[in-house]
Amino acid sequence: MSDRHEYTEFHPRWYRPRVSTWWWLRGRYNLAFVVREVSSIFVAWFVLFFLVLVRAVSLGEGNYRAFLEWAGNPGIVLLNAVSFFFVVFHAVTWFNLAPQAMQVRLRGKRVPGVLIAGSNYLAWAFVSAFVAWMIVG
Amino acid sequence: MDDRITLQLARYRPEEEAEPIVEEYEVPCRKDWVVLDGLNYIKDQVDGTLSYRWSCRMGICGSCGMTVNGEPKLTCATFLTDYVPGPVLVEPLRNFPVIRDLVVEIGDFMRKLSAVKPWIVREEEKPLSEGEYLQTPDELDEYKQFSMCINCMLCYAACPVYGLDPGFVGPAAIALAQRYNLDSRDEGAAERLEMLSDEEGIWGCTFVGECSRVCPKHVDPAGAIQRYKLTAALDSLRHLVMPRGAR
Amino acid sequence: MEPLLWMLFSAGGVFAALFIPVLLALFGLAFPLGWLPVPSHAQLVAVFGHPLSRVVMFFLCTLSLFHWAHRFRYTLYDGLQVKHLNGPINLFCYGVAIAGSVVAGYLLIQIGA
Repeated sequence: MSDRHEYTEFHPRWYRPRVSTWWWLRGRYNLAFVVREVSSIFVAWFVLFFLVLVRAVSLGEGNYRAFLEWAGNPGIVLLNAVSFFFVVFHAVTWFNLAPQAMQVRLRGKRVPGVLIAGSNYLAWAFVSAFVAWMIVG
Repeated sequence: MDDRITLQLARYRPEEEAEPIVEEYEVPCRKDWVVLDGLNYIKDQVDGTLSYRWSCRMGICGSCGMTVNGEPKLTCATFLTDYVPGPVLVEPLRNFPVIRDLVVEIGDFMRKLSAVKPWIVREEEKPLSEGEYLQTPDELDEYKQFSMCINCMLCYAACPVYGLDPGFVGPAAIALAQRYNLDSRDEGAAERLEMLSDEEGIWGCTFVGECSRVCPKHVDPAGAIQRYKLTAALDSLRHLVMPRGAR
Repeated sequence: MEPLLWMLFSAGGVFAALFIPVLLALFGLAFPLGWLPVPSHAQLVAVFGHPLSRVVMFFLCTLSLFHWAHRFRYTLYDGLQVKHLNGPINLFCYGVAIAGSVVAGYLLIQIGA
């Protein structure tokens, strides 16, 4: 318990290493965790991007075309490609963790985790297909 | 032909040095030997001053947790042959102050364990004459997994949140609270929730999941905490909607 | 407060996981790069303008922003170890989320107006 910096017979000086700012670079699970958390930044970027799109659509055909041209800029495309990776990473890690976060019981027996994750993925596929169909027409 | 493997041990003698140093030892690499066997060999035959904790040597007492090649492990359950050709770096358990060599100070953990009221809480105790509290196998299954904890603290060593904020209650303590919350005989869930529903309790957890990955008993404290969060969240919703509603 | 924020984070996580990949793939990559035929302006006004779409998009935007706010706040705590700045951090994160939600609501009402 003593913070004194010399050894006394019955109060040894404990060694307390400080956690490095780069703790998350040590170990692949720590890194995967931080990548997962950072994905939220790209989720926020999407909201911004999407609201710009919505506004462009509201303002008229010309603005809509201008938006598409802007979105086609190499910088924006690169940003969106990176965002896409992060957003998919978010979705995959989220669905894979769902069974751990929620226990579902059907008729008294625990539903196996694989089914819970699986039904999430199914919902994802369905929603994606539906949205794509609605938009692409 | 005697196979050998090198163990690199973190030695820390507060009366001699300010920081731990690594010393190397060669031990026999028998196919049934675990890291703990190597440590015992060293203490027995090479350097009797080595300090470390161990007891049952079979993965049930939770004493021998240390950091082996960067990972929190029970040294009685970690085979030397898995690390051939070596070397094997053995350090004290992370996130705890080091008293000496491989021995860490566990007072913080012990206090947190008792703070979550890890016992059956009843509003009114049944008198002995009325017999035992009965429980069906299904009711037992609800909490059984969380009762398997051997208090080895590997989860605390793995948890980045605990490493960054020692005030965090931590995986094992919260899982233990859940073990009692989910026990059909217990009536103390509200009390525990009041204590744990804050930033150093369940809300401090960011579901890194490392605790469950390193747990030697597959307790899944991360799962316990997430489910606890859901319960706490629904509970606070209920209070929002029905401030004076039935509990 | 914390339980409520966590629920918003969780709901946001679900919405973001379900909807954002396909929307980003379409509007961020497929349409600008010409991989898929670009929908006409009228088509988008019809799809986005539908009341049900607007409700879903509103929830998608607001919940995703609160998802970001909560997660980013904890990333700052743990990643940069700046927990002692939690006052300004909370204000920034949830403030942006609230502001963004208001903007989203305003813009979504404007479609086809």
